[in-house]
Amino acid sequence: MSEQLQKSQSGAIGEPMNRVDGRLKVTGAAKYSAEYELPNLVHAVLVGSTIAKGSIKNIETRQAERAPGVLAVITHLNSPKVPGFAERDHPAEPPTAGQPLRVFHDNKVVFNDQPIAVVVADTLERARYAASLVKAQYDQDKHQTNLEANLGQGYLPAQAKKNPKSPLADYQRGEADAYKNGATKLEAEYVIPSEMHNPMELQSIIAHWEAPDRLTVYDKTQAVIGTQRAFAKDWGIPEANVKVIATFVGGAFGNGLHNWPHETAAIIAAKKVGRPVKLVLTREQMFTMVGYRPYTWQKIGMSATPDGKLTAITHESVGQTSTYEQFTESTLQQTRMMYTAPNVTTRYRIASLDVSTPVWMRGPGEATGAFALESAMDEMAHALNLDPLEFRLRNYTDTDPDNGKPWSTKYLKECFQMGAERIGWSNRKQQPGSVKSGEWLVGYGMGVGTFGAHRGSAKMKAILTKKGTVVLQSATTDIGPGTGTAMVQIAATTLGLPPEKITFQLGNSTFPTAPSQGGSSTVNTVGAAVQDACIALREKLHQLAAATPNGQVFSAAKPEDIVIMEGHLSLANDKLAKAAYSDLLRQNNEAEVEVTIESKPGGSDRDKYSMYSYSVHFVQVHVQPLTGEVRVKKVISCADAGTIVNQKTAGNQMMGGAVGGIGMALTEGAVIDDRYGRYVTKDLADYHVPVHADAPNMEFAFVNKPDPHVNALGTKGIGEIAIIGMAPAIANAVFNATGKRIRELPITPDKLI
Amino acid sequence: MNQFQYMRPTKQKAAIDALAKDPNAKIIAGGTNLIDLMKRGVMTPLKLIDINKLPLNKIEHEGNSTRIGALALNGAVAEDKLVLEKQPLLAQALNAGASAQLRNMATVGGNMLQRTRCHYFYDTALPCNKREPGSGCGALEGYNRMHAIFGFSDKCIAVHPSDMSVALVALDATVLVSGPKGDRRIPFAEFHRLPGDTPQQDTNLAQGELVTAVEIPDAAFTKHVHYLKVRERASYAFALVSVAAALSIDNNTIKDARLAMGGVAHKPWRLTEAEKALIGKPATEETFRQAAEVAMRGAKAFKYNAYKLKLAPNSIVQALKTAAAVA
Repeated sequence: MSEQLQKSQSGAIGEPMNRVDGRLKVTGAAKYSAEYELPNLVHAVLVGSTIAKGSIKNIETRQAERAPGVLAVITHLNSPKVPGFAERDHPAEPPTAGQPLRVFHDNKVVFNDQPIAVVVADTLERARYAASLVKAQYDQDKHQTNLEANLGQGYLPAQAKKNPKSPLADYQRGEADAYKNGATKLEAEYVIPSEMHNPMELQSIIAHWEAPDRLTVYDKTQAVIGTQRAFAKDWGIPEANVKVIATFVGGAFGNGLHNWPHETAAIIAAKKVGRPVKLVLTREQMFTMVGYRPYTWQKIGMSATPDGKLTAITHESVGQTSTYEQFTESTLQQTRMMYTAPNVTTRYRIASLDVSTPVWMRGPGEATGAFALESAMDEMAHALNLDPLEFRLRNYTDTDPDNGKPWSTKYLKECFQMGAERIGWSNRKQQPGSVKSGEWLVGYGMGVGTFGAHRGSAKMKAILTKKGTVVLQSATTDIGPGTGTAMVQIAATTLGLPPEKITFQLGNSTFPTAPSQGGSSTVNTVGAAVQDACIALREKLHQLAAATPNGQVFSAAKPEDIVIMEGHLSLANDKLAKAAYSDLLRQNNEAEVEVTIESKPGGSDRDKYSMYSYSVHFVQVHVQPLTGEVRVKKVISCADAGTIVNQKTAGNQMMGGAVGGIGMALTEGAVIDDRYGRYVTKDLADYHVPVHADAPNMEFAFVNKPDPHVNALGTKGIGEIAIIGMAPAIANAVFNATGKRIRELPITPDKLI
Repeated sequence: MNQFQYMRPTKQKAAIDALAKDPNAKIIAGGTNLIDLMKRGVMTPLKLIDINKLPLNKIEHEGNSTRIGALALNGAVAEDKLVLEKQPLLAQALNAGASAQLRNMATVGGNMLQRTRCHYFYDTALPCNKREPGSGCGALEGYNRMHAIFGFSDKCIAVHPSDMSVALVALDATVLVSGPKGDRRIPFAEFHRLPGDTPQQDTNLAQGELVTAVEIPDAAFTKHVHYLKVRERASYAFALVSVAAALSIDNNTIKDARLAMGGVAHKPWRLTEAEKALIGKPATEETFRQAAEVAMRGAKAFKYNAYKLKLAPNSIVQALKTAAAVA
């Protein structure tokens, strides 16, 4: 398809336009953070601790220092001091509270494989070899790494203690724990193991001190501005002196929303050796040196009337965090707003273990919470002998039961209908184990997902060049959803320009400020800024054109009639109108016309409405009755995500989320040997992310109706709802196939035989 | 990775001489396992003898057997016409292993010599008698979900990871080796060892011996064969349990049978008693269940692998059903 098809496309909002950077990515021309070739670049390899808790008694570095090619071996004993580390509290940035790990600051060990040294050498192999020669001796303390053995240690996060209105605080609607008195009731525990970030691109950074007080990093991050601020603060230098480049990011899913010890280790190393330093984590280090979806225990109590009206839900959860940071996520939010139940109680706790700090992972919190809530909904439907879809419809709500506000938009029923039709929901039998295909048992399941439709503030620069092309600049990032492509389409639609005349530049902290790419909010926020910037650019062009010789024809026209041509402006309704760029630019002695705007969520809509995206996932699974193998045979995900800017990249997002959900349901889970407090499944052979053979034919459908209250584009966000609800859909289908209710993920063959 | 010397001999004798005189030398062919182990510091050979220049990659039929050179690639063997015709079980087992990319690098000799995937063997910060004799077995009281239910010792409960080996032991293959003292033939069932007190030794190859080929006798196992691999994702995962099943059926009576399991022991686990329980019986699920029961005699599980006591016999039944085309 391709080039020809792409050329024939207008690039209007909604079109399945090919990615603007697709060719760069598939040909290897796209540069990721570890791929920059700087003069005098050297390589760093981290040495991890081999105990989970204690202190370093002695660290032997002499052999490593003498190894060929080695420039430095840095430990807590000789590390250049990071000025920001000396501050007494050095507080963490959201999503965590507490104090991030201060790498090489002291001799404390707080998790297994914590970086305790970094070796810098002229080649990667020499650094790696020398790293193997660093030996530490420890004073070891007793560690705790098992969440289920430490549930009693769960505590209310600091922010909820401080603020009883925090979404993390205990919540009660109606009567507390009312499910206990319900007509039909259930009580069940659900467990998800730690799921590790394993994007294709390993976490990597090149740190380069261009001057003693000027730092440039090529860093795999979802937040170039956040990273700029963090490093400026660490090193006590002006923010403008820190430049963060993340032009391409090879998948991040949340692990680039926090700065990790390896980043600072590379910056320290670069300071020490006075040369640019590259540091790429190994696959094994991805399990300990960046965050992960935390091991979480949940309990649901639920009751309903015999005719299928929910009367009460109690949802409790305890997630693990580290001893030094409090990581929190909104595991219980959807239980408060998804269904009509008049009595709802939620209690969110975290427990500190001697492990590294977790972080958001796609559909953070909600994906974990949905596993419990949507499994429990299926269990209750079964107990009531009701079709699970019918049960959900009987408890569907047109206002937010949490606060009584209307939804900004909610087209979940439309999603239900589209999905049920496409999966062939009518073939589902209420009695588990009643459908077979050859020897395999066949089951159908569904799960609902929701995520807040967030919009933040962003600045945007729009530039009209002399050639009649438009360049947009924003310090947002693209971790894979196709941000640049969507932004080009929004600009093309707003300006009426063909997409090939528009370039969207991102991933650079010198561009106008934008938030991190997270929480499914980039199109909502940055997309709105693109639209505003394009309108502002057009208005400026209108003014400039009106001031040119013979500009009367422009002053008589409206800004939206302006047409950008090669070398001049014209008017949509008067092709003969002409304002040459040379005349436009001469007015201000400028080479280009540029505007910079800030786009903010406006008005009182935020107060008037509850804003969420929705999805429903329907799946068909086959289960081998003798071996317990599960194959997902069909996935239909339908989403109400507001306006769809690009049908193709939106479908890609849904597909990625579905595959992530298959992994969450069936294959993924990192295991710690608690005797050592150390992960034992920590590579792609032992930690099973789904492979192509695990991904069936998948179909995705969007309601594609705008939400006028989130932004003028009508978008609501897709990234999270693509995965939220998928794992329970599969667990529910497994139940329908086998009659076995699996409440502890992943659903591996041993649990089904 | 440590510093090492590298040589690429063109004569088999030169390779064997180099190997025989240096206990710290290792053969490298596809390198799909050895390089991983070297990167993690699990294996630290001081010399690598690259044998890819040796003429050992032929697949041929001679007399009554198929002979496959040690350097034949897993992918090439799995697609070879002769193999598909004479030994389809082997082709199935090979295709169940690793990924297409790995099969295109890995050799037949390297496949049978691959090391266990035990987590404790792979992590130099944890104890492992196979990697470091005397350091203890981390798996015995640890996370032993993938581990042995047959033939283990208190020194080691690891399993042999190869799929190909399971088919080869079922098919009565012979390993051809060449060493400083000349050539010899090792029956496949005697090629790998049980761990006993010396888990560091995976096989009965002597110092300086090089695997040159594997030979598989012709047999009547071309129609009713099946290699079943049960794993935690649809591809590219090591077996929880695998079964190589081959039947010769005449008039619904089992004339001859071969059965072996993978993922259950320190070596590919041939089930000769279960084979006897099949021969002469009708090819029915009942017969298969009885054979599976015989196969499981003596099995013993640890904390995390008790599921294998059920998964293994179920898998035997399923593999035999598929092989016999019994619904």
